[in-house]
Amino acid sequence: MTKTGFPDARVLGQDVPRLEDAKLIRGQGRFVDDIAPPGLLHAAFLRSPHAHAAITAIDTSQALALPGVHAVHTLDDLAPHLADTRLVVAMPSPSYRLDLHRPVLARHEVVHVGEPIACVIADSRYIAEDAAALIEVEYDILPVVTDCEAALQDGAPTAHRNAASNLVAEMTIAYGAVEDAFATAAHRVHEKLWIHRGGSHSMECRGLVAIPDPVEDRLTVWSSTQMPHAARRLLCDIIGLHERQLRVVTPDLGGGFGPKLIFYPEDVVITLAARLLARPVKWIEDRREHFISTTQERDQAWDVEMATDAEGRIQAVRGVLIHDHGAWTARGVNVPQGAVSAMPLAYVVPAFRMQIRAAATNKVPVTPVRGAGQPQGVFAMERLLDAAARAIGIDRAEIRRRNLVPADRMPYETPIRTRGGLPVTLDSGDYPACQAMTLQGADWAGFEARRATARAAGRYRGIGLANYVEATGRGPFEHVSIRIEPSGRIFVATGAAAMGQGTATMLAQIVAEQLGADMSNVVVTTGDTEAAPTGLGGSNSRQAVMAGSSAHAAATRLRDRVLDIAGELMEVAPADLEIVGRAVQLKGVPQMRRTLAEIARAVAGQAGFVLPGQSGPGLAAAEELVIDAMTYANGTAVAEVEIDIETGEIAVAHLVFGHDCGRAMHPRLVEGQLMGGIAHGLGNALFEFMAYDDTAQPLTTTLAEYLLMTATEMPRVTILHMESPSPLNALGIKGVGEAGVIPIGAAVASAIDDALSDFAIKIDRLPISPVDLLARLDQAVGG
Amino acid sequence: MTQHHSITLHLNGTAHAVSVEPRHTLVDVIREGCGATGTHTGCEHGVCGSCTVLLDGEPIRACLMFAIQADGRQIRTVEGLAHGTILHRLQQAFIDHHALQCGYCTPGFLMLAAGLLEADPNISDDALQDGLSANLCRCTGYVNILRAVRAVAAELRA
Ligand code: FES
Ligand code: FES
Repeated sequence: MTKTGFPDARVLGQDVPRLEDAKLIRGQGRFVDDIAPPGLLHAAFLRSPHAHAAITAIDTSQALALPGVHAVHTLDDLAPHLADTRLVVAMPSPSYRLDLHRPVLARHEVVHVGEPIACVIADSRYIAEDAAALIEVEYDILPVVTDCEAALQDGAPTAHRNAASNLVAEMTIAYGAVEDAFATAAHRVHEKLWIHRGGSHSMECRGLVAIPDPVEDRLTVWSSTQMPHAARRLLCDIIGLHERQLRVVTPDLGGGFGPKLIFYPEDVVITLAARLLARPVKWIEDRREHFISTTQERDQAWDVEMATDAEGRIQAVRGVLIHDHGAWTARGVNVPQGAVSAMPLAYVVPAFRMQIRAAATNKVPVTPVRGAGQPQGVFAMERLLDAAARAIGIDRAEIRRRNLVPADRMPYETPIRTRGGLPVTLDSGDYPACQAMTLQGADWAGFEARRATARAAGRYRGIGLANYVEATGRGPFEHVSIRIEPSGRIFVATGAAAMGQGTATMLAQIVAEQLGADMSNVVVTTGDTEAAPTGLGGSNSRQAVMAGSSAHAAATRLRDRVLDIAGELMEVAPADLEIVGRAVQLKGVPQMRRTLAEIARAVAGQAGFVLPGQSGPGLAAAEELVIDAMTYANGTAVAEVEIDIETGEIAVAHLVFGHDCGRAMHPRLVEGQLMGGIAHGLGNALFEFMAYDDTAQPLTTTLAEYLLMTATEMPRVTILHMESPSPLNALGIKGVGEAGVIPIGAAVASAIDDALSDFAIKIDRLPISPVDLLARLDQAVGG
Repeated sequence: MTQHHSITLHLNGTAHAVSVEPRHTLVDVIREGCGATGTHTGCEHGVCGSCTVLLDGEPIRACLMFAIQADGRQIRTVEGLAHGTILHRLQQAFIDHHALQCGYCTPGFLMLAAGLLEADPNISDDALQDGLSANLCRCTGYVNILRAVRAVAAELRA
């Protein structure tokens, strides 16, 4: 596959230096904890130590008496200032059976360890924490729901004492004649899977600094949010402010990965506390709080079946997914819905029926983490395909080749709908070619020789693969505005939020491409409600696609306008002009030029004077390009592993990742996103486990207990690219922020099965720990 | 507990006289007392390495040490790496190899790598990987961080 890229482009498609690096590399980034206005106070939260209890009394008097404490807030203190004491943030869905809107602070019942109950504001974080320890809360312990499957059994205790059951939501995603297909199928396979994913664990935890301006009766809230505009709307609603009274800004973000798009109780409490005290207030989450209060992904139990014909062509898929929803609805049912929707996407699946049952548990609420359910859906599908290949006796790659959506059927409209009810239409790509490219890159055909060499040395080597198709670029739009000011500088503002992926660089590239190709002349502002009137922020690998498309449209329009005005000023046809660096010049006669600054000044206007030409005032363009349909990226991962059957240790020897995300605007950033995602996927496959005991007490609350990948665990990784431009946007791009993580667990499981085929061990859960594997090996050898 | 002590931190060659409680961690005092916010915290329990600084030339976790223990000692942080507009070669290599995304872990990795290379300019690739596995990064998957540091190590060996 040849790379098409942007062959005629000056900066697009190039590995230009990132705009972000200059200050970050010197330690001059401005993360939320770096913001320290004069008079700053510090907050600490008292959190529930119990997974489920009734609160019978809260006594804050001792805490309040501690010198240096300015306020101690419980829900009773804040309620008079709140339009609602709950965060009503659930995305619409007809599937809900329980309304679980979490309170701003818990008052009568706590439903997970870590739920905030009170907030202390003090001169320092040290004093605030001292005071929080002096708050006395009386609890009556209530029965606990720890496991999502048990939660839905008859007679189970309920996670909320007044709830009728633990069934939060229920839906079925279905099409085609599923039962008929199963009745007549040549082969049927069945898998019971338990899939765990953990937290996001951005290296920077959450935090916010709320700074009141009593003179103007306004507040500026610096927040580590991926969605500043949504945060402003929710804060305005709940505190009773209008939009001019509240500015929400996302400073540099030390990683996002999903949970930073959620609106949290702390956001309300800190903002309101600053307003009530008329002092700036800061709260910075510590890592322990991140484990017990930042949303995470967790457990899913899948019971799934696949029916195929004699040649392994999929006839139907059906099953049930039980999803651990956590204690509150902090976002919606998009994780299980995304998981199930991702399941069939890469393949032609004529009939499909998956029931989703989301169960309330006494644990931290579940919301998307990088991948947002898609890794689990892919894991389930790929496990079924491996089982079917075994049942039929064909190669695992071959069964996939027979079922992948072929290139000649693109665009391929599936019967599935997005959460907004739009049809899922695969827009472009050559999935079989991508698989073939990846197999070749991994030398799939030559693997048996490597297996034999390893075996001769006493090691068990296996190879496995997985395919994925990822929904990216969720609409409907993103705001981008561009202004060229009399300084000649180009200012870009967007509702998109930067999370560390190089969003500013990417937008500057798109804009510079049209307006002179001088990256250093472009200033990008992201994630600031003051700079952009509206914005949907960062999620669903959407920013390159949505903000990028708006930036391209606005920049193209502005370029035409610049050339028109320059043409009038220079008395030449605009078609003979080009923008080079910071000036417009006559093609071939560079000395005939007007700088961008001169052009901006000419149309800046002077009171009483007529503007030149016909063009009207100012050099600006804004765009909110609406693109409803999502664009689908795809890829294949091949993992090669070696297993030490004495210790159960699993070493990934080589990982080959072949993918197609349309045109790459910055190939190096794309690789960086993929590599980070792959590391995350390997962590999910082998290490990351958010453990709880039988009373729903979290057991992993430090990074020593919850294992993230380190440099030593990172295997050799080969990334291969192909480019099928998306027809849905002018740049032909697709999102790439989450792709890396999606197929890794499935590919690693497939490889472990293969390595241990002598023992007939089948991986049916993630993560796969050496301890589990040893137990399975003991069983296999003993039995 | 709230008794204050006057100490001096020598941060990147500048003496900072600060008043601290015994329980104040070094990282908090570097950030708040000295105003050098380039050093970050990712866990405050000694695992992530975001807070890595050089104390008398040795990489240490500034969240695991009390400021009072660093009284009178030489501390180097990310702010002290560049000479004016000239970046330290590690900083340049991190940019050249796209070894940072969000940049939150970066100061810690830079100081860790600086400490490793200063202690042993001939450090082997394996030992480097081992040493760098002390710090965590959620964005990059480490590959480019290793590339960047190995490139500098190779320059030093040459
Ligand atoms: S903050 Fe010091 S090691 Fe994590
Ligand atoms: S670059 Fe974001 S944590 Fe390392």
